[in-house]
Amino acid sequence: MLPSLSRLQRYYLVYTGVFLLFIAGLAALEQNGMPPRWVGYAFLVFTITMYATIGVLSRTSDVSEYYVAGRRVPAFFNGMATGADWMSAASFMGLAGTLYLSGFQGLAYVIGWTGGFVLVALLLAPYLRRFGQFTIPDFLSARYGGNFIRLVAVGAAILASFVYVVAQIYGVGVITSRFVSLQFEIGVFVGLAGILVCSFLGGMRAVTWTQVAQYLILIVAYITPVAILSYNVTGVAIPQVVYGQVLAQVSQLEKTLFDSPVEAEVRQLYRERADRYAEKIMQLPVSLTHEREQLANQINELKASDAQMREIVALERQRRELPHDPEQARVRWENAMYSAVDRSKPPVHHAEAFPGETPEAQQAQRLNFLALIFCLTVGTAALPHVLMRYYTTPSVAQARESVFWSLLFIMVLYITAPAYAVFAKHEVFTNLIGIPITKLPGWVAAWSKIGLVGIEDINGDGLLQLAELSLNPDVIVLATPEIAGMPYVVSGLVAAGALAAALSTADGLLLTITSALSHDVYYRIFRPDASTQFRLVISKSLLLVVAIMAATVAAQKPGTILSMVAWAFSIAGSAFFPALVLGIFWMRATKAGAIAGMLVGLSITLYYILRLEFSNLSWLGLQGQAMEPWFHLQSTSAGVFGVLAGFVTHIVVSLLTPPSPEAASFLARIRRGHDREVS
Amino acid sequence: MLQETPVYWRKTRRLTIILLLLWLVLTFGVNWFARELNQLDFLGFPLGFYMGAQGALLLYLAIIVYYNRKMRALDAEQDNARDEGG
Repeated sequence: MLPSLSRLQRYYLVYTGVFLLFIAGLAALEQNGMPPRWVGYAFLVFTITMYATIGVLSRTSDVSEYYVAGRRVPAFFNGMATGADWMSAASFMGLAGTLYLSGFQGLAYVIGWTGGFVLVALLLAPYLRRFGQFTIPDFLSARYGGNFIRLVAVGAAILASFVYVVAQIYGVGVITSRFVSLQFEIGVFVGLAGILVCSFLGGMRAVTWTQVAQYLILIVAYITPVAILSYNVTGVAIPQVVYGQVLAQVSQLEKTLFDSPVEAEVRQLYRERADRYAEKIMQLPVSLTHEREQLANQINELKASDAQMREIVALERQRRELPHDPEQARVRWENAMYSAVDRSKPPVHHAEAFPGETPEAQQAQRLNFLALIFCLTVGTAALPHVLMRYYTTPSVAQARESVFWSLLFIMVLYITAPAYAVFAKHEVFTNLIGIPITKLPGWVAAWSKIGLVGIEDINGDGLLQLAELSLNPDVIVLATPEIAGMPYVVSGLVAAGALAAALSTADGLLLTITSALSHDVYYRIFRPDASTQFRLVISKSLLLVVAIMAATVAAQKPGTILSMVAWAFSIAGSAFFPALVLGIFWMRATKAGAIAGMLVGLSITLYYILRLEFSNLSWLGLQGQAMEPWFHLQSTSAGVFGVLAGFVTHIVVSLLTPPSPEAASFLARIRRGHDREVS
Repeated sequence: MLQETPVYWRKTRRLTIILLLLWLVLTFGVNWFARELNQLDFLGFPLGFYMGAQGALLLYLAIIVYYNRKMRALDAEQDNARDEGG
């Protein structure tokens, strides 16, 4: 065991060295005039070639290798692979941005996504490894018996993983469209190719070893820019330790900035704009006709006078872009109104917990904060693509150890993210706010072009006010190197890291979806006599189909990365957590209870998300179904209701049905201590 | 089903419950009072903010380390018991 372990470590050490040399080489080339665009290409080609090489080297046609990497992954490397599997485009790109925008409230993600691993360690990983099959539906079906629960589990696993994988592919689209200037939709499909080269040939085995490689790249990429920033601002290159004082400076800046008269004026202007939109919405459809007439009049007047052709064309475009019917006008104006309302609100102080003007508002914030933590922890301990990783270690003890390594490797990023946000805010406050709009740095234009940064001089003073700048949370990490004026090679590195994060998670998720379909549905239910060869063929073809479907959905840009991911957590948590935990710790849990609990939990979560987020589902014939949130909880916390309802239903139904006779022997088997390892 | 719960499982379960309670207090108890804790200063951070950004994470890691150590000891104990029992 030991010699092979050190051989692996040597491989990855060499690999890391090559990667660092590559960065240094590019930095030198950039100094000597290599254009930024080529730096972007170099990173894209280099990293994807690396992953593809590993993918091809670990190709396999052995079932156990394909689904669980032959159960030969040492705890340390499984921890690293889980880290990459776990940290998605949402963690890499979305988290620091959310922390930037919402300050303390964003810490719910940091706490939830790390705290969940305690649940994995204590409640699940050792027992799943002791059980030792291939998938999570395998476990539920063995514990409760029967194929119906397997089907329910497969459905939930696919739903959660699909929502999650769409978010990853969306992230890939954002990265490629910005850094190698591909069109967003094409970028999505390029990313898809990157995902497929890893998982298609070698299944879990290839995914594991590429994920280790991707972890190394993403962590270097995440820490480098913030370490440079930290060194520039404080003289110490360990941002996690010193950002307390920068946070104090930011709080100081906030005090003067938020209360300055010009900021108040800008916010007042936005409030007035929101009121105008509200009025227009109230007076629909008259207001729309009125607006169209007004534009037509203006155009005619301009045409009558001999005004510039350019002005006329601009007005005609404006007329063309007017909403076609009152329904569309309502949707569009409501969005404009909400965005104006957002900008008219006084900004939140970064470190303030549960901000709100009244005690009730503060209490609502507190509840949302804790509810989101709850959903994320429970979801962490229920997402099939993460739990599956604990099937791949050689023993139960190694599974326990590997949760420790997972959390350690993941923490490196999560401890850095809040520091990232504070340094980025410091940079924006000191270098961006108050400068003339004509003198804004180049990155603002570059990001505005793909619609993720917005600048509007609403008060016409020619200077940038805080409220006039809108940043999409997904750009903070990608743009920080440019905001701080670092060489482009750092931006390229960050993009490569974000790509690694998105690809590694997408790989794990696609594998979960296809193994659910090919192993659980096809092999276990329809064709138990299928040859292993044929099972892998089925699995690989399904992988292709699912990947293309996910890319197609992602190309529609359905929501921000972080909210899509939070929904996936709520879905997985409410479907799996009660069934898994009660299945392991409560002998009396029955099949009927588990199925009822899973269905009720899942339905409530889905119902809540749909009612809150999608007021119109025209393809289902539903309209105007938006409702008031329960207890002020946002849709990202939908899992609270789903998980609790799932637990209650599971327990009540179990007590009403006769105990299952097989439970005792199954539990005796997974609750037993370890078998002696041959050493 | 009549046989009594094995010692190994009883001890595992107790350890799990204790650590889980600790985790609950740390995750939901401490953060409930984040606003109040922010009045205090810790290493230059407001304490509530620090707990969410770093403190809780380090303690989570500590819980897992402790659990793994205890379980290793329990495994060894079981091995010894099996050896003595033949």
